[in-house]
Amino acid sequence: MPESITQLYRICSRSAFALFIFLLLCNVPAIAAPDGKALFMSNCASCHNPVKDATGPALQNIDKTFPNKEWGYNWIHNSAKVIASGDKTAVDIFNKFNKTAMTAFPQLTNEEIDAILKYVDEYKAPVAATPAAGAATAGAEGADSNGWLYTVITLSLLVLVAILWRANTTLRRAANEKEGIPNEKEMPLYRSKLMIAIFAILVFIFAGYWLVNGAVNEGRQQNYKPLQPIFYSHKVHAGINQINCLYCHAGAEKSRQAMIPSSNVCMNCHKQINSYSGEAEHPLVTAEGKKVNGTEQIQMLYRYAGWNPEKKDYNRDVNGNILATPIKWVKIHNLPDHVYFNHSQHVKVGKVQCQSCHGQIQEMDEVYQFAALSMGWCINCHRQTEVQFTNNNYYSIFEKYHAEIKSGKRAGVTEAEMGGTECQKCHY
Amino acid sequence: MSQKQYWTDLQDLKNINENHLPVATDEFKEELPFDLSDSLFSATTPRRDFLKFLGFSTVAATLVASCEMPVRKAIPYAIKPEDITPGVPNYYASTFADGGDYCAIVIKTRDGRPIKIEGNDMSSITQGGTSARVQASVLNLYDKARIRHPFADGKEATFEAIDRMVKEGIANKSGYLITGSLLSPTTKDIIAQFTAKYPNVKHIVFDSISYSGMLQANELSYGKRTLPTYHFDKAQTIVSIGADFLGTWLSPVEFAKGYAKGRRISAKELKISKHYQVEPLQTITGAAADHRGTCKPSEKSKVAVALYNAIVNGTAPNLSTPHLNTLITSAAADLKKGNGMVVCGCNDVEIQVVVNAINDKIGANGTTINWATTSNYRQGIDKDMVDAVAAMEAGSVGSVFLHGVNPAYDYFDSKKFTDALAKVPVSVSFAERLDETAQKCKYIIPDHNFLEAWGDAEPKTNYFSLQQPGISPLFKTRAIQDTLLTWAGATQSYADFWKEYWMKKLGSQDAFDKALQNGVIEPAGAMPNGGGAFTGNVADAIGKIDARKANTAVELVVYQKVGIGYGGAWSNNPWLLELPDPITRTTWDNYLCVSPKRAKALNAELTGFSEVDAAKRVVTVKAANGYTVNLPIIVVPGMHNDVVAVATGFGRDAKVGRAAASDATKGGKNAYPFVTFNGNTFESHSDVTITGTAETYEVALTQTHSSYEARPVMHEFTLEEFTKDPEVLLKERGVEIAEFAAVPWIEEGKEGKEPIIDKETEEGYRANGTLYTNYQYEGVKWGMSIDLNSCTGCGACIVGCMAENNISVVGKDHVLKNHEMHWLRIDRYFSGMTDNPDTIQTVFQPMLCQHCDNAPCENVCPVSATNHSSEGLNQMAYNRCIGTKYCANNCPYKVRHFNWMDWNGADAFADNLYEDGRRDDLNDDLTRMVLNPDVTVRSRGVMEKCTFCVQRLQDAKLTAKKAGRPVKDGEARTACQQACPSDAITFGNVKDKESRIAKIRNEEQRERTFYVLEHIHTLPNINYLAKIRNTEEIHSHDESKDDFLKYHI
Repeated sequence: MPESITQLYRICSRSAFALFIFLLLCNVPAIAAPDGKALFMSNCASCHNPVKDATGPALQNIDKTFPNKEWGYNWIHNSAKVIASGDKTAVDIFNKFNKTAMTAFPQLTNEEIDAILKYVDEYKAPVAATPAAGAATAGAEGADSNGWLYTVITLSLLVLVAILWRANTTLRRAANEKEGIPNEKEMPLYRSKLMIAIFAILVFIFAGYWLVNGAVNEGRQQNYKPLQPIFYSHKVHAGINQINCLYCHAGAEKSRQAMIPSSNVCMNCHKQINSYSGEAEHPLVTAEGKKVNGTEQIQMLYRYAGWNPEKKDYNRDVNGNILATPIKWVKIHNLPDHVYFNHSQHVKVGKVQCQSCHGQIQEMDEVYQFAALSMGWCINCHRQTEVQFTNNNYYSIFEKYHAEIKSGKRAGVTEAEMGGTECQKCHY
Repeated sequence: MSQKQYWTDLQDLKNINENHLPVATDEFKEELPFDLSDSLFSATTPRRDFLKFLGFSTVAATLVASCEMPVRKAIPYAIKPEDITPGVPNYYASTFADGGDYCAIVIKTRDGRPIKIEGNDMSSITQGGTSARVQASVLNLYDKARIRHPFADGKEATFEAIDRMVKEGIANKSGYLITGSLLSPTTKDIIAQFTAKYPNVKHIVFDSISYSGMLQANELSYGKRTLPTYHFDKAQTIVSIGADFLGTWLSPVEFAKGYAKGRRISAKELKISKHYQVEPLQTITGAAADHRGTCKPSEKSKVAVALYNAIVNGTAPNLSTPHLNTLITSAAADLKKGNGMVVCGCNDVEIQVVVNAINDKIGANGTTINWATTSNYRQGIDKDMVDAVAAMEAGSVGSVFLHGVNPAYDYFDSKKFTDALAKVPVSVSFAERLDETAQKCKYIIPDHNFLEAWGDAEPKTNYFSLQQPGISPLFKTRAIQDTLLTWAGATQSYADFWKEYWMKKLGSQDAFDKALQNGVIEPAGAMPNGGGAFTGNVADAIGKIDARKANTAVELVVYQKVGIGYGGAWSNNPWLLELPDPITRTTWDNYLCVSPKRAKALNAELTGFSEVDAAKRVVTVKAANGYTVNLPIIVVPGMHNDVVAVATGFGRDAKVGRAAASDATKGGKNAYPFVTFNGNTFESHSDVTITGTAETYEVALTQTHSSYEARPVMHEFTLEEFTKDPEVLLKERGVEIAEFAAVPWIEEGKEGKEPIIDKETEEGYRANGTLYTNYQYEGVKWGMSIDLNSCTGCGACIVGCMAENNISVVGKDHVLKNHEMHWLRIDRYFSGMTDNPDTIQTVFQPMLCQHCDNAPCENVCPVSATNHSSEGLNQMAYNRCIGTKYCANNCPYKVRHFNWMDWNGADAFADNLYEDGRRDDLNDDLTRMVLNPDVTVRSRGVMEKCTFCVQRLQDAKLTAKKAGRPVKDGEARTACQQACPSDAITFGNVKDKESRIAKIRNEEQRERTFYVLEHIHTLPNINYLAKIRNTEEIHSHDESKDDFLKYHI
């Protein structure tokens, strides 16, 4: 047997190696050729759309308008230089787009620029498709009707049991009467001392449970899903479009607050994304089932941000300050004032995923409070979660634990063992 | 055990001897809030009533605790400023300059609001130190009494309208621009521009606390009307004649830094400076002194001359007391050894000339007194102001502009000033509040608070400090520089002028940016030091002094409190008003300080001495100029028997602010009218007659609020004792604890060995002196060390702690009931004989939660609201606390404080806020902006105490974790440590063998280390370093010699 296992292992490892080489070879062209789409997304997309004018012009077939290829490279590498040279085409474009200077991209090679231009030229706007409605909901309804059915069956069975029990008693009494055995005096159920005692105890238990539970949960808002001033869908942004959480919530790695982005952060993308084009794949619907027009929501953002979509510029006062008003979001996650919570401690140091506390946020159109945010919930996690003991040099001073890990006495150190369940870690 | 006997007040002293402490029996000062008569005990409460009440209260509680959750909003910035991350503080280097008081500071702002002031470590002048006033200055920014718009004739007006009206009137007749001492070079430039445009306007400087005599004497002696730099760190012998240089004289933060360097001592380096102090009243500088003598203010001149003669001619002094004679002889001998320094707090030209002559003779110039780098702290010449007032009175003045001065309150003849002001057609005040002077001015153009304004300072020649704002102006105010520029016809704003000035001076944008970031611009290397050629006519000065007659009358000294100072905005600062005076430990009032003997002569009876009874005898004080006030008396041991003293800054007008407002029942009395003018300079003392009244007045003192019941808490040795046997303290401690170091507690082998503390006994005592298990700390264990030799008792730490930890101000009525909330207090202990002020020696001991590893408070908490952390912190969970107060009762250090009232509106019940009229502005929305958002605001019914600034510790740890390294030593600093101007407090991780705290405890200061009440096995995490006094004797109390105590109490 050992023989054959070794053989098997050999075969496996050899074929795995072969497979690895094969895959590597397959990948070589992919590595070599610049990925136009990726480059476009990372460098250009915040100001340009392939088919629509945005902060900058629509890029589809823009290369055809260049005087020559070299001019295009120069422009992209440093447009300000081209404009300064007095080139007419350059100055015209500059003036047409409100004299907004284009960021210089000296790091892009000519091949990469070609790849981007190729991508935008071949780009096709997504076509709206009608969703196949009805089919998906059928299953859910089926499950619901099953539950109802079971309830009816249970209830009728209970009624049957009651009738049978009653019939049985009546029959027995009749039989007794016939045989001359004296019957006990029939007492109605509600006067039975046993029943009253049982009922009282049950009431006490249930009421007590209800009261204690209610008191404990007082002030907690699990599943709280308020209506927000703008129907902002995390699913569209973080889910479908895969925007990194930290792009908007930049404080999560630096501060105790994760930070709700100010409207000018929204405008980094929404200067050019002025309509919701995902109506087909993902129609926006509120919890009450009301349909939401995504484009209208973007228009609402413009009003807050002080953006004039026609002029493609901000409304400004006499001093040049942007006339923006903050958006009054409804706060969902409310910790009491005597609790100190720090996002950066968890995100940056603890390397905890956002979803651990906020749930599958990338699946939520409207955000709700996923976790109870109760002290028990916090403590529980602190008891179970291990700190980055060996990865973070901060913990090097805890020699005893290091020795224990080395000797195999323990695998890791939990947050609680580092003092993470002590009062003044969160209350001060 | 040290043989000295310390006492906190006279009652305490007497009771130690009688083994009886009414303080202890009188612990609960209030009557219990319910009827204890028989009717209550004999009342029967039927069962039904009980159930009714039970039902009612349940329903009421349910209704009150309404189950509805409020909808909260989360509002982000509309456009987020790039440099602000919400939740992360920003720090801006800036400058605190108030009159001539200077401190280089760093402003901590959170989300755009300044919330804390720290010292700037980059400054070689203040070196990161602060004072109580600097710490409290952030509260002035949010003062509700600040003026919110300009006024013309008492009505709101626009800047433009006032500009127009002023410009019309300014050119008529002569005018005066009266300012306090100005440190700002750009402001001086702008004033020059303004006076160039209007040559009829003269700029004069008026300092309410004047150093005119010193400036003039220096001009006579060295040809420069300026002040030198004093290097207290280089001085081996310091003689101070009435200069309170650690508390209020010139630049206390700078001096405390230097002084503390000379006072640091260890068993390895037995070197310490020697400090002689001659003063009329008890100050914190006198408390720190090795030899202290008292004299009347009028005798200071004779003391100076005696010292001069003793040094130059070797003449034996012939002063009023033998003690003074020996003190001067010994001081003269020490000064002659070199590295000496004499400072004098008199505003008298002749005395200062004599002092200059002494310093010249002992070679202080160029070593301890620096004439190459001079100080600009004070510039006011008293005669200028007196002349200006005379001109105004004569009606020859067309305009007066007042900035940073308030003569209607603090000019010695304020009535004359206000009458004269009424005769000036154009009077403009730049005050930030409707103070006594601003009320009488035609126009008020409020200046920015210093935290809202650009500015700069040149505290010493060639040492610059930049001031940048921490917040945009809150109200319609305008910088005085902008106003003057406008009037001078310039089109440039001050901000532009300021930038241009510094860009030109610094040369490049990089240099400018760096200077702004550092906050200070200083020459490289050590401070240039140099002497001066003394040219003063000392014979003439001595002749004039000798001609003065000895004064037999009782003299009153006008002095400054360390907290309130000269008055100004500080009079309305509740943090400072509730800061106990270091010596008298009183809050919220001023009073007449008298010696015990004088008090007895005034027939003040017991109420005057004992703190247990807060009602103090009121006396009538009548000055030679006729000014008469009624003041309560506070008995201060160490006061000269023929001297009484009153503090400035009290007795303010109601419009100065709610906390400052004074009337017959509150707020104290104005002391400035006691100041006299001798034809050349103001003198801060006056002859008075004092007569008793039948009235009493309640003064809120704090010293005996927390009593140790005569247990020894202090260790003090003379330098001789300590030099002879550096292990003297280790042996004292050994006697107490060594026998508990091993199990069984008394081992046969140990007998016969002299008990002494070593590593083994310390460890053994920790492990075996208790029934509890000996917890092993891992990684981090926080500890603090407080050096009693460095601590000057100035109170900066207390205010720093208040600002950092949102500590409530409770108001006078509740201080009277022992309810003050300070997490950190500075206990003051006297030793010596009450009869003889020259024997009084004073020590300070900062007392805060000791974070005991075996904490008595923790075991008695029924809900475990207070417990121990794995880092050695004694934790307090407010929300778990049910307010039994067992912990406070069981705390041997008395550092826990209970929230008896809802001080801050943090209570769950609405409209429950405590208000007393004076402290209420603290709960205004404006003032609440000062709160630290990282610290919970406590509500009624919970206990609180020092947390070791756990929010800072957590922050330091988080920073280290983010950077992936252990916490560096010195990275985690507590607020008190950071505020301290004399570096008395060291804090750090004891587990880190390389940390300062570990080095101090185990190596450098092992011989001076002690723990308070160590023998009760509380295992504190705070250690103290014993006080070493460079003197022959620690005076102890001798009842047989103390007539006062024998006959009068």
